[in-house]
Order: sequence, then C-alpha cells, then structure tokens
Amino acid sequence: MNRLGRQTIVFKNKPRVVGSYTVVGPKEGRGNFAKFFDKILEDDLFGEKSYEAAESKMLKFAITEAIKNANIDKTQIDALFAGDLMNQIISSSFAARKLEIPYFGLFGACSTMAESLIMGSCYVDGGFARYAACATGSHFSSAEKQFRYPLELGTQRPPTSQWTVTGTGCTILGNDDSAGIFVECATIGKVVDWDVTDANNMGAAMAPAAMSTLKAHFEDTGRTADDYDLILTGDLGKLGSEILMDLMEYNGYKLGSNYNDCGQMIFNNTQKTFMGGSGCGCGASILNSYVYSRMNKGMLKNVLFIATGALMSTLSSQQGNSIPAIAHAVSIKFGGK
Amino acid sequence: MFDPIMYLKVFLVGGFVCMIGQILIITTKMTSARILVSFLLFGVALEALGLFQPIRDFAGSGITVPIIGFGASLAHGAIDAGNSMGLLGVFTGGLSAVAGGIAAAILAGYLVGLIFTSKTKK
Amino acid sequence: MNEKERNQRYNAYVSAKMTKTKPWPSLFHAFWVGGLICCLGELIKDLCLYISPELSTQTASTWSLIALIVLAALLTGLGIFDRIGAYAGAGTIIPITGFSNSIASPAVEFKREGLVFGLMAKMFIIAGPVIVTGVVASIIVGLVYLFI
Repeated sequence: MNRLGRQTIVFKNKPRVVGSYTVVGPKEGRGNFAKFFDKILEDDLFGEKSYEAAESKMLKFAITEAIKNANIDKTQIDALFAGDLMNQIISSSFAARKLEIPYFGLFGACSTMAESLIMGSCYVDGGFARYAACATGSHFSSAEKQFRYPLELGTQRPPTSQWTVTGTGCTILGNDDSAGIFVECATIGKVVDWDVTDANNMGAAMAPAAMSTLKAHFEDTGRTADDYDLILTGDLGKLGSEILMDLMEYNGYKLGSNYNDCGQMIFNNTQKTFMGGSGCGCGASILNSYVYSRMNKGMLKNVLFIATGALMSTLSSQQGNSIPAIAHAVSIKFGGK
Repeated sequence: MFDPIMYLKVFLVGGFVCMIGQILIITTKMTSARILVSFLLFGVALEALGLFQPIRDFAGSGITVPIIGFGASLAHGAIDAGNSMGLLGVFTGGLSAVAGGIAAAILAGYLVGLIFTSKTKK
Repeated sequence: MNEKERNQRYNAYVSAKMTKTKPWPSLFHAFWVGGLICCLGELIKDLCLYISPELSTQTASTWSLIALIVLAALLTGLGIFDRIGAYAGAGTIIPITGFSNSIASPAVEFKREGLVFGLMAKMFIIAGPVIVTGVVASIIVGLVYLFI
C-alpha cells in the first residue's frame, strides 16, 4: 500500500509538474506577486457578458495555456480535474465543454487546488493518465453576487472579511523526468467543524481544519515543520494564519518563519482587503506562479501546500449552521529522479 | 424656510440617528436589511405612541429622511385612514401614505437597472 | 475536554483574537454623512416650498424624499453609491437613500439573469423585508387605534 498512517498517501512514481499557468484580475495584478503571474487582465470581464462567464473563460484560458507551457498536445491530457466556487461548479464544467478532455468536476471550495493536485497525482502515479491537468479559480464579482450582496450595495465590509481573489491557475502533471518539480506525498483532510458560524470570518472557521491536516501530516510522516522550506496555507488570511500558528503551538509544533499564507501574501497593505485574499484562485494563482518559479530556480526545495476550504453554502449559513471546513496538504519537492 | 437654526437641528438629529445605526452595525453585526427593518419598526412605534410629530416639528428632515420617517408615515396613514374610513382605511392608509416613495424607488431602480451594469470593486 | 467545551473555548479565543477596530472614526463618518443627507432633504423641501408656496409641508417633504431616492438610485447605477456607503456605513443606509440603494443595486446586479426573474424579481431581496414589516406593523397599529 502506498500509504503512511491514517491520512497520508505516497506517490512512488513521482508525478512531475510539467507545466503551469495563471490568469489574474487587475487588482491582483497590482498586488505583491504581479511579476510572477503569467497573465494579468486589464478588465476582469475578459470580454464576456457576465462575471460567471469571465471566470469560466479565465479557467479555460489557464488550462489551454498551461498545456502549451508543458509543450504537449491536449490529446495527451488524459484527465482534467477542476473545480470552483460557483453553484454546481459551472465555471469548471463550462470551461471543460470545449476542451474535449476526460473531466472530473471537484468541489472542495477553496481547497480545490490541493484536491485537484492530489487527484491528478493519483491518476498519473497509478498509470491511469500520461498527463493530467489540475485547475481551479475564483472571481471576486461572481463570488460577491453568490455569497454576499450586490456589488453596488453600499455596505461596509466587516474587518474580519477577506477579498475573493480573481484568478485561475492550472498545473499539468506528467511522468516526464526532465521536469524538476514533483509531488511527493499528500495528506487528505477530514471535515472539521469547531462551531464557527460567522461567514465573515473564514480564517477562524478554516484554521482548525488546517491544524488537523497539518498535525496528521506530521504524525503520519514523522516530519516536523523544519523539514520544509515553505509551509504555505491557501487562504486563511491574517487572522486565520495567526490562529493556525497558535493551534499548532498548542499541539507541540512550532511554525516559524517558513510558514506563510497565500491570502495574507497576495495583496499589499494599501489594497484595503482587511484579512487578505481568499477563494480557490488565491492558492491556485500563488502556487502556479510564485511557488513553482522559486522551486525551478532552486530557491525552494521542499514545499508543503495546504489549501483550506469552507464547505458551507448561503442556505446553510442562513439556517444558522456552523461552517465545516477541510484542508488537504500536498508535499511538493524539487530535484532527484 | 431656509432657517440656519433649522438646518443645524436637521443635521444634528439626522446625524445622531445614523450614528445610532452605526453603533448597532458595529456591536451586533446586523446586515443592512435588518438595520432598515429595525429602524422602520422604531418609526412605526414612535408614531403609534404619538412621539413622532413633536420630533418632526423640532427636527424636520432630520427625522423624516431616515427610514424612521418612512415607518412613521406608514403608521400615520393607517391610523388616519382608519379614523376616517374604518377598517378598510387601516388596510389602504399605510401604503397610500408611502406610495410616492415606493413608486419612485421602484421606477428609479428599474430604470437604473435597465441602463447600468454592476462594476467590479477595486 | 469534550467537543462542545472545546468549540466554546475556541470561539471565545477567536473573539478575543479579533483585532478591535476603533469605532469612533466610523461613528463620526456615519454622523456627518447622515446629517448632511438629511440637510439635503431639508434643502430640497425648502426649495419646493420656495418655488411653489402653495404646497403643503407634507407634499414638499414627499417630493424631497422622491428626489433623494432618484439621486441615490442614479449614484448606485454609476457605481458611486457603494463607495460612499463603504465610508459612511449607516450614514447612507438609514436615510431613505439606503432604501433606494437596496432596490437599485440588485436590479443592476441581477439584470444579467433577465428582466423578469433577474432585474424585477431580485429588486426586493433587501427592500422586500422592509416593505413587509412596514405594512404589517402599520396595519397592526391601525387596528389597535381603530378599536381602542
């Protein structure tokens, strides 16, 4: 069995990252990672009639460009794993309808980047696919419409709120020895709910899930935080990542300067996003640009990417339910055969 | 008309009402729909207790422009028409009193919706 | 420690951890913007009375409300209202401008889902509760006055 402990799976054949691509909106393009993103849109409608259609187009664009980046033909992609935040994951499925690639639609809310990477790695590692595409994305305006209020409603954003990232990212995995980055192992998260009901405080709702997965990862593999150059959570935001550090310390693991959070990093302080970024596109756009490029330059060798997702809907929130959350961890390494 | 003292009263009372609303938003995390509903009910209550007219005489638009005035008009209309027309008046009076405002909001909202589209926030 | 206790402790810890923003600036913003909108209403009312002195105060103040409603709807369409709202909070929500914005903003947002089920149906997602509460409460008050 390619397993370690209760929750961790090991990829013996080292599925490799052979290509990647990111598309982000204008606000993200003015943030801290502008020089790493592959494409920055000037208009986040991307020539479409609605923000939902734009999100879908951004996803399709990221997938097709990532395939080009990997220098392969789309007929060589044997499986596409994609998901997003829209109801019935329309952005992903609509993006997939013209791609003609066997498709799995995933829903893991903002954890989808890790979820798709894990599924893609399993597929490639098990020899079920020569190449697999793993993609996800989100759009600020479509998410606001679905989860919050009309854009033009004059309300104040609560100080614990986060800003949904307009961005999509795609990773192409394959068994190509020439590529340096590979997925080594992954820890699948359990659904964790510590009874947080405030939908404007996602970081607090998701931090226990991140803690649970991180702890399971350390227990299953026998590693500590020091074994990684970078431990990167998806979109806990400023408050959420502080909570995670506290929770880990409480459990006897110290997260030091090698820990960071995509949501906390992506925007700069002048962009008025309160706790930072969130959404599927937050982790996806940072992983597929900044992280891979740093790894290819040898500046990062061992990275643990933990994407966290809040699994509630507007209905469940209105009915007073607490927010269940999930986190998946993927260990990504550079070098070696 | 155009009495500076009146404008000062309008500013202070109107500002005070909004400040109370802001305190409610901060302390209870109420959404705007809930804020509007509670202030409307407060207006209905003021009118029912006969307190609205004295405040209105004092502060004019300071109390009629906030949604409190909307609630008071509703209650005032229902009470008035009830007195003159009986039971039917209770049903028709409230909405008739605010019909102008509601009709304007619906028409303006409809036209604006036809003309404009929502824009992404920066 | 059982699960319930842990969750309670965690939620208490989270509330303590949340950065407390200073309320004073936002109270001041709400105060002056709200006060100013009311003054604008008073000004429009006075102008109505100035132009046609035969109007009753009641009629003039209804006209001023209508003017504020149209202005707020227009600013909503132009994408300006939400910026004022982000600054002033309750200062723009509580005056009748907030009611108008709550009707115009979903109209603008949901027009992409069509005229009937989008624009027209969604217009009242926020204002609906306001109208329902107002009508029900006014009828109750009217009934009480009628029978007492």
